[in-house]
Amino acid sequence: MATAHRPVSTVDTARAPGTARTSDREGTAGSMETAAPRDTAAARGTAATADTADATAADRAADAKAADQAADAATLQAAFNAAVAADERIEPRDWMPDAYRSTLVRQIAQHAHSEIIGMQPEANWITRAPSLRRKAILMAKVQDEAGHGLYLYSAAETLGASRDDLLDKLHSGRQKYSSIFNYPTLTWADVGAIGWLVDGAAITNQVPLCRCSYGPYARAMVRVCKEESFHQRQGYELLLALSRGTEAQHAMAQDAVDRWWWPSLMMFGPPDAESSHSEQSMTWKIKRHSNDELRQRFVDICVPQAESLGLTLPDPDLKWNEERGQHDFGAIDWSEFWSVLKGNGPCNEQRMTQRRRAHEEGAWVREAAAAHAARHSERERATGDSERAIENSERAAEDSEREEATA
Amino acid sequence: MTTHSASTSPSAATSAPASSTAAALPLGDDALVLSHRLGEWAGHAPVLEEEVALANIALDLLGQARVLLSLVGDEDELAYLREERAFRNVQLVEQPNGDFAHTIARQLYFSTYQHLMYGQLAASDSPLAPLAAKAVKEVAYHQDHAEQWTLRLGDGTAESHERMQRGLDALWRFTGELFEPVAGLDLDREALRERWTAMVTAVIGKATLTVPEGPQSGAWTAGAGREGLHTEPFGRMLAEMQHLHRSHPGASW
Repeated sequence: MATAHRPVSTVDTARAPGTARTSDREGTAGSMETAAPRDTAAARGTAATADTADATAADRAADAKAADQAADAATLQAAFNAAVAADERIEPRDWMPDAYRSTLVRQIAQHAHSEIIGMQPEANWITRAPSLRRKAILMAKVQDEAGHGLYLYSAAETLGASRDDLLDKLHSGRQKYSSIFNYPTLTWADVGAIGWLVDGAAITNQVPLCRCSYGPYARAMVRVCKEESFHQRQGYELLLALSRGTEAQHAMAQDAVDRWWWPSLMMFGPPDAESSHSEQSMTWKIKRHSNDELRQRFVDICVPQAESLGLTLPDPDLKWNEERGQHDFGAIDWSEFWSVLKGNGPCNEQRMTQRRRAHEEGAWVREAAAAHAARHSERERATGDSERAIENSERAAEDSEREEATA
Repeated sequence: MTTHSASTSPSAATSAPASSTAAALPLGDDALVLSHRLGEWAGHAPVLEEEVALANIALDLLGQARVLLSLVGDEDELAYLREERAFRNVQLVEQPNGDFAHTIARQLYFSTYQHLMYGQLAASDSPLAPLAAKAVKEVAYHQDHAEQWTLRLGDGTAESHERMQRGLDALWRFTGELFEPVAGLDLDREALRERWTAMVTAVIGKATLTVPEGPQSGAWTAGAGREGLHTEPFGRMLAEMQHLHRSHPGASW
């Protein structure tokens, strides 16, 4: 667990997306994630030390005697519970239960991973986009997803996780991404279906997260949701153009909706009765609505939109239930969901292979940036007194070497 | 489907209003083609920040291409319905991405040229001046991005140094074309070449790399891209880019 070695109340590695991080080495590289693994570990150690010192000042309880600590822990827990109950935000420096921290790291990381894996099925169509306008929209969308990945990894970093570590967990299969991206984009209309349905489902899931109890995540989600709703409208508009286009275009749109509808419903996760993390997350106000509630909300939103699109949702059992004031819909094939989750989806292997390859093929670039940044910061530090002293002693050593050589 | 030969032929540049915007086609093609190549990086970049940066540059270029091509005709007809031989971009921008260093070398050469070219154009009385004035600001960022990466890779590790040098060397022979005359573009080409050489030389030197020594154009002909003569990878690039659009004649998207 990334947080295990961090002092619980101390973490504040928060940075605005795209700005430099706190340690010298990484800071000089600008917005680049430059550090090779060993450097990151070193930087993390430095940051942790700094944080510890910081926390000693900030957290007076740490100075108290051991006998007081149990009482303090209870006080902190009570303060945390009260803040959550009062709908206040928990911030990086606030005390929080370990399980709350680890749940958030897991959820935010999975969300970040979904953004970067989610780039693949759409990037698949950038080079074939059928008009320059659509190409610009699609490129901007895929770029936004990379940006969302950046905000979210940053939000996870405020909890003491590191991006490198989270990426390792993605690459080694220890952390997941949304299963929806294990489905292929077979035609241009899939780009529209992803925008309308997948982004639509994501928004339904994510809008409540803007009120999540953890501040940095909630704030990241506000920005993410604004952009996602833009994407959703663009997807809808793309499908509308196809639906009202030629016969072949209309068929392409219908086919895409037929393939993406059920997987989109699965995006809300298993039925409430089978959802393992839901209850605790609801208490913590990380999650505010159950999977089934959100799924129902999504279906109710989509039905009239499908009608406006002139497309059919592939569910013969889908109908308005006057009594409930909601739509009834057919049974979801959860065996497919679990099978895709376990790695048997059409694209699991392909997505992970491409992700790992991009990471591995980029290793030399990241190493170069780290080496350059390290050299650069060494030069800057060389103006400092202690560095000058080292330089002088090195020069003395060189001089003596030279003397030896000439002797 | 409308025909496109009239609007894309260089001879269309002979009439008075067209001649003033004749350069829009070659410059638009440069931006269109390089944008496409950069778009191929999506999902493959070495680090997340570069996913954002490369897409950003691609989007700027696509925006420029759309404005420029729209001065000539319908942007989609021009992009999707012309054959390879009707494109007027320089060969440099159509070169495949290669590794990240190769892409950065292409960016360094081209963005330095484009920055200087738009700078001159912005100060001229060309009808393209307003567009150039806007684009020059975007391209200043592209140039800076390429320069920073040339420095990092050149003065990074032994491997990155070697790769960066290889990229610079491989693309050097496509740089001569940047200074060939372009119909409708009244530039001080000598000044352009001098400043380009000075800037590129300075960056390469600072990056502890060596300015390539070979000729700046191939044996075949300098300026070939502007005449519609391209390299083999370009045809494949267009095949991919145009396939869907051409598969649905007359459809709108």
